[in-house]
Amino acid sequence: MLYGTRLRALSIATLLTMTAAFALAFFYAPMDADQGFMQKIFYVHVPMAMVALGGFVFGGIMAIQHLRTGDPKYDLRAYVAIHLSLILGVGVLVTGAIWAKASWGHWWVWDEPTLVSFLIVFLLYATYQPMRFSIEDRERQARYASVFAVVAGAFVPLNFLAVRLAEAYTHPRVFATADGGLPAKMQLAFLVSLAGMTLLYVTLWRYEMASKHTSAQLRALRRKLSGDDAVARVGRTAAPSLPTT
Amino acid sequence: MTLVLAQATTDALPDNVGYVAAAYLVLFALVLIYVAIMGAKLARFERELAELNDLADERAGTFAAPPEAAPEEARTR
Repeated sequence: MLYGTRLRALSIATLLTMTAAFALAFFYAPMDADQGFMQKIFYVHVPMAMVALGGFVFGGIMAIQHLRTGDPKYDLRAYVAIHLSLILGVGVLVTGAIWAKASWGHWWVWDEPTLVSFLIVFLLYATYQPMRFSIEDRERQARYASVFAVVAGAFVPLNFLAVRLAEAYTHPRVFATADGGLPAKMQLAFLVSLAGMTLLYVTLWRYEMASKHTSAQLRALRRKLSGDDAVARVGRTAAPSLPTT
Repeated sequence: MTLVLAQATTDALPDNVGYVAAAYLVLFALVLIYVAIMGAKLARFERELAELNDLADERAGTFAAPPEAAPEEARTR
């Protein structure tokens, strides 16, 4: 599969959707009666959190595929998905802290289940790359990493459910009511933001996959032109290796 | 009435605009850092590809050129 194909169209679609999302958030969605202007953080923080968690689950699904088929491309897909979700996770924690400071006067509230549970998920996945790095044998590394990704990926929706059932202390439950809990204009802005963030994730995922693929192809080409000895042996690394044909 | 009009037409930014700007800048910074890393990778690929291109030219030249001693040898025979 060539990951670089249709990347330009995807990038343009992402840019347009993100621009529309921010325009809707600032100029169309009404000002929140309680929080005022600072509620606009919602349109970047929540979609980022949802897409990050979705990416972890996607990584788990790819890991299942890897364990089923033994095809290293699925390991690479899971690796890139988790890697990107971790980056978004950093964004979620930072934007969440900014919102918390603006809204509650504290950067972090330790007795709030939503915040702490996200931090637990983030820290759990933060061990994914060091774990990979600690295993030298590439096949074993891929297998162990897949098992980790499946177990951690299953933990994400369970964790989400547990938080929804828990009593909220400070963090709002925006989608708590049956009709969505958001006014229609806010809901539209939020859905477009969510679509934009999902597109951004997919675009970056494909860029990363194309980059890894190109790197593997270049190594294969060097091997063909100069022989095996000319290609430096890959040392211990957390990144999966693709078979080069 | 004057006060209401003054409030309605004020140029002042809403409260907490700094926090909101900071949150959106976080996303922007993350994407920018990612693009910079991808740019560095692209530059490395370009360099490697140029090296491989030179290597391929070198090899093509080696196969195409006749051995230097051959005409001399032919004359002496």
